[in-house]
Amino acid sequence: MSQPHVMPSLEGEKLTLDEVGPRILIGGSILGVVGFAAAIAIGVGRNDHLASLGWSYLLNFAYFLSLSLGALFFVAVGHLTRATWNVVSRRIGEVVAVNLVLMAVMAIPLMLMASRVFPWASGLTHAPEELLEHKRPFLNLPFFYLRWVVYFAIWAGYAVWFWRQSVAQDRSGDPRITMRMESRAGLSLLLFALSVNFASFDLLMSLDPTWFSTIFGPYYFAAGVVGFFSLLTLLTFFLQSQGRLTRAIHVEHYHDYGKLMFAFVFFWAYLAFSQYMLIWYANIPEETAWLLRREENGWGWIGLVLVFGHFLVPFAGLLSRFTKRLRATLFLWALWILVMHWIDLYWVVMPEIRPLDPGLDSLDLLCFLGFAGFYAAALSRWAGAHSLLPERDPRLQDALAFENA
Amino acid sequence: MSEGSKVYGILLEFEDPQNLVVACRKVRDAGYTRWDAHTPFPIHGMDAAMGIRGTRLPLLILAGGLTGLALALLMQWWMNAVDYPFLISGKPLFGLPANIPVTFELTVLFAALTTFFGMWGLNGMPRLYHPVFKSARFRRATADRFFIVIESDDPLYQTEGTSDFAASLGAVAVEELED
Repeated sequence: MSQPHVMPSLEGEKLTLDEVGPRILIGGSILGVVGFAAAIAIGVGRNDHLASLGWSYLLNFAYFLSLSLGALFFVAVGHLTRATWNVVSRRIGEVVAVNLVLMAVMAIPLMLMASRVFPWASGLTHAPEELLEHKRPFLNLPFFYLRWVVYFAIWAGYAVWFWRQSVAQDRSGDPRITMRMESRAGLSLLLFALSVNFASFDLLMSLDPTWFSTIFGPYYFAAGVVGFFSLLTLLTFFLQSQGRLTRAIHVEHYHDYGKLMFAFVFFWAYLAFSQYMLIWYANIPEETAWLLRREENGWGWIGLVLVFGHFLVPFAGLLSRFTKRLRATLFLWALWILVMHWIDLYWVVMPEIRPLDPGLDSLDLLCFLGFAGFYAAALSRWAGAHSLLPERDPRLQDALAFENA
Repeated sequence: MSEGSKVYGILLEFEDPQNLVVACRKVRDAGYTRWDAHTPFPIHGMDAAMGIRGTRLPLLILAGGLTGLALALLMQWWMNAVDYPFLISGKPLFGLPANIPVTFELTVLFAALTTFFGMWGLNGMPRLYHPVFKSARFRRATADRFFIVIESDDPLYQTEGTSDFAASLGAVAVEELED
């Protein structure tokens, strides 16, 4: 198709982090160390065998894990569909996905604390032993550890592979690399879907070992994807504020970020409601107990915050083409959704731990800071001296010239 | 041209999209308002080149969707809680969760129908006849040629002046159209 408008030129465009990289690496590392040091100091002082530290750690682990899983989905689904528009932001996605390596390391403390954190392992549960007994073949620590090794082998394996291939193409310009990534994207997404599903059961659903919801995996997945697209928007704006990728990513690409945020906000709400309505309608005690805990003792208010804040308000706010194409509004919605995504996971995790107290624990925020610091530091580490753009991707020119009809 | 027939407008033929877009910008800048461009495929940047304002369709769709939403809730409330109250498994007669699926579907249905018919309405469709069909040259508008039609009811239209202006746009052919 003819393109009568002017193609953005990359002449003189800054494509590497350079001096910004070490600043983030050092600043993030300091934030991470300080955050976790304070969390550990408070957690040890609690005299509860690190249980409350473990739960706050789990919450934030699930949060940052979901963002990187969303990134891996973004990269793989782009290859599977031979997407053009996302080539300009694919490297950012690849780098966020490679943080699954960081999350694999961060999983080790969680595994060490697992016997205190997970009720089926600690025995601190209201569930009768006979019910747990039937789940023992699945919910036992050795098998649990083994599953997490498999999950991270799949996630980090694919994330690093996609990233390495893409970086290698920067040097060689070989179009066969693109074809190879496309041909493997299908299997990667199949394994991704299965592993994310079971990981969400292990990490979040098993906090109430007697409860089950078959839609829970997609619920966690959708929340992670909408979180990732919000993060992608913030990272793009951050890089552009530092004078990187200022012309490569433009309003047409923001518009697509906005569309995907909008779509996955709705998809999240669709799944959340589907889960809620079936439990409400069937009205079976073993299923309703989970929701009842989230309606009593003030937790219902947080549920309402999610109905409005995670669905109705951003749905209305992102509905118009105008708000998706304006930097300021898109930035605010991205920030808003990232906060709501955290509250969503808080609402999933904490009623199992503190059913009588919906208030924030200082450990929740300190662990967040710790994770955020290391997460940012690792991002700048992977971005390193590489280009922030897949410079020699065969579809890059079309991606630069991309326009929404 | 036969006696007594009215001039519909003037047809300009171009060989490639680049020239068409350049010509469109000139027609736009000359201040014409009743004119149109015809191409075999969509051309990016055409709306800006022609000075076409953004579509009003989204507002219609929003209104359609909200109508569907309100109608669905009203219908279910009236059927289940008023006209034929029937207690099912102890649920409230009008319980919001049970009504959301139908509400969702009707919202989507009304929004989609508004999109489809609203697009027809705003584009003046269905339209079974158009004066350009008389031109043998215009048949290539669906294959490999690009056209501009300036209508004679445009306030700026003058038989002589517009022909001269059209000739200056670099068209490969200029033709007067009968109504």
